[in-house]
Amino acid sequence: MSGLMINDISMRFDLPNGGSVQALKNVSLDIKSGELMSVLGPSGCGKTTLLNIVAGFLAPSEGQIVLNDQPVTGPSPERGMVFQQGALFEWMSVRDNVAFGPDMKGTPRAQSNKTVDRLLDIVGLQEFKEKMVYELSGGMQQRVALARCLANEPDVILMDEPLGALDALTREKMQSLVLDLWKETGKTIILITHSVEEALLLGERLLVMAPRPGRIHKEYRLPFADLGVGNDLREVKKHPDYATTREEILQMIWEMEEEIMGRAEGGN
Amino acid sequence: MKIALVLGELFEETTQVLFSILGAIPYIVGYVAIILACMFIWKIVKRGLTPASGYNSRKTVTFGDESTVVSNTAASIISIVLIFVLWGAFTGSKLLPGFLHAPGPFVGDGSFSYTMEAANGATDTADVSVLVHPAGEKPDVFEVEQGDGIAKNDALVVQSYRSKLLRWDANDETTRKEGAKIVAVNGQPISKDNDVITDFARIALTDKGTLNVEPKKGVQMESIWLPAPEQVWGKLVTIATDGYQNVTLAQHLGFSLWRVVVGFLIGALVGIPLGYAMGLSDWFRGWFDPIVEFMRPVPPLALIPLVIIWAGIGEEGKVILLFLAALWIMAIAARSGVSGVNITKIHAAYSLGASKWQILRRVIIPNSLPEIFTGARVAMGVCWGTVVAAELVAAEKGVGKMIVSASKFQDTDIVMMGIILIGIIGFAIDVGIRQLEKYLVPWKGKS
Repeated sequence: MSGLMINDISMRFDLPNGGSVQALKNVSLDIKSGELMSVLGPSGCGKTTLLNIVAGFLAPSEGQIVLNDQPVTGPSPERGMVFQQGALFEWMSVRDNVAFGPDMKGTPRAQSNKTVDRLLDIVGLQEFKEKMVYELSGGMQQRVALARCLANEPDVILMDEPLGALDALTREKMQSLVLDLWKETGKTIILITHSVEEALLLGERLLVMAPRPGRIHKEYRLPFADLGVGNDLREVKKHPDYATTREEILQMIWEMEEEIMGRAEGGN
Repeated sequence: MKIALVLGELFEETTQVLFSILGAIPYIVGYVAIILACMFIWKIVKRGLTPASGYNSRKTVTFGDESTVVSNTAASIISIVLIFVLWGAFTGSKLLPGFLHAPGPFVGDGSFSYTMEAANGATDTADVSVLVHPAGEKPDVFEVEQGDGIAKNDALVVQSYRSKLLRWDANDETTRKEGAKIVAVNGQPISKDNDVITDFARIALTDKGTLNVEPKKGVQMESIWLPAPEQVWGKLVTIATDGYQNVTLAQHLGFSLWRVVVGFLIGALVGIPLGYAMGLSDWFRGWFDPIVEFMRPVPPLALIPLVIIWAGIGEEGKVILLFLAALWIMAIAARSGVSGVNITKIHAAYSLGASKWQILRRVIIPNSLPEIFTGARVAMGVCWGTVVAAELVAAEKGVGKMIVSASKFQDTDIVMMGIILIGIIGFAIDVGIRQLEKYLVPWKGKS
């Protein structure tokens, strides 16, 4: 079957001081092709570790990742990444950044130019094509990062807090862009975020993870992502379920954080 | 009790240094006072001409706000001009109007009288006419009327900055051998411990009873210590056209620069890949870390004797020395350039399908260029200093060789010229690399 399967992943490693860390324990998920899933959790819940395992940067100590019936053993262009910031190549122009993936494959320039033009149109940066990326604002840089990822035609897009460093207004615009891109391209997207609102808006499925050991705590299926496509996200936030779900999740994470604090204090 | 001896010696040295510093204080105070005076005058003039209107002028907190401290161009210009003016003033430069000159050495005619007492107690006074001439002139010995009495008038020719013994009894009716001696100069009593200072000279009585005439030196520097600016410039022109010791100036400079460039390039060519290897492989890191960490603090100058023993004083030795000077700096720069790559860039490149080779070429190398340029600036500076020092020790050609040969002949003007050229070239190299960096690595400091 096509899609991304996370089969009973555990991640355990030894520390230099003799202790060991159980970052993830028995995480299993089936993500269908074209699904948009957001992952939320307090710090230390292993969500970034999970994303790095799916990306192929880390090998799990148990379990495996299967994408389109192929086990994942390392990074590959079929799983594109969008990072928080600093992942663009500042020695390249916007065009060269977006064309990086095709260039690596040896795609002829005429063809990669078409791809670049199409994607820059989508993210609204056509006139900045020849600019160097350090001349762009933070929001524009993240648009370039999105376009660069899409240029490679990945099956799955993994986003590690891609909007975390942006100011509130830019962030809202970018959230709309992510939703539009998702609908337009039909890609599978896994998005890690710290923001409960962002997780609600950008998740058909919302995964809440719990720490120590990192595990899946609760899963939601939400209507807001579909409602948000092509619409004003502030309208979506007026949906009656939005506020209640948000409060419920905030409460959940609040309790987890309290528990961590309590345990830390108790340990003293 | 050897320690006590050493401590005593060090104490003596320390007091000597302190006294030298104390002697310099009036000059330093004078220099600072001139600059401060210029500052106040400039501020008043500036305020009158163009009232400040920029954003900085609205700031009420300026002391401690580094952004309000911009290097004042006027101060820089005054600083440079003042150096040349002081240089000219204390060397009696012809480029400066006379009233700016510091008091110079006495030149011209002077005279004093001495009172001689013969063995029998008779005294007589005679006049001495003195002609003090500048260095380089050879005035004729002149005669004066002898006058009457047992002491006869004398004539004396002295070069400025020098002194001369006056054998006053050469023409007198009685001599030192017969027991005659000088008791006073210009009517003031004189003895071995008590010199007489006249309007133009210091006159001392020597052990043998003769008079030592030392015309006043003023506070200007003799050109053998510090030549005037125009003299240095003139020397530059002569040496640029005629060369020095059968080697042209272009050759001297060219050889020094060639050594630096070749040594640096080989050092970079080996050091940069070495640094990359250290940044990318644990074995290379472990292999070279002890070597690099040991060699880094060894100043290249300390290697000069060993390099001379091994490779002689020819080009080979110089290039090896500069290679070693540049190698470690470039290796460390490249290593930290690799370590400085943000891991998300590497991850991003891998998930965009880049191979290891593509990551090296398209991500790691460009990302490390800013660090490498910083290293290159440091390395070129060190190489330039090292080549001059190496040439001072042993060389056949080169700007360092030129100034050390000139110093042996007390050609201070050539030494000064060489030092100024060394400074200008070192500065030009640094500016050149910075410009190249701006052009090649425009993204530096912008990620």
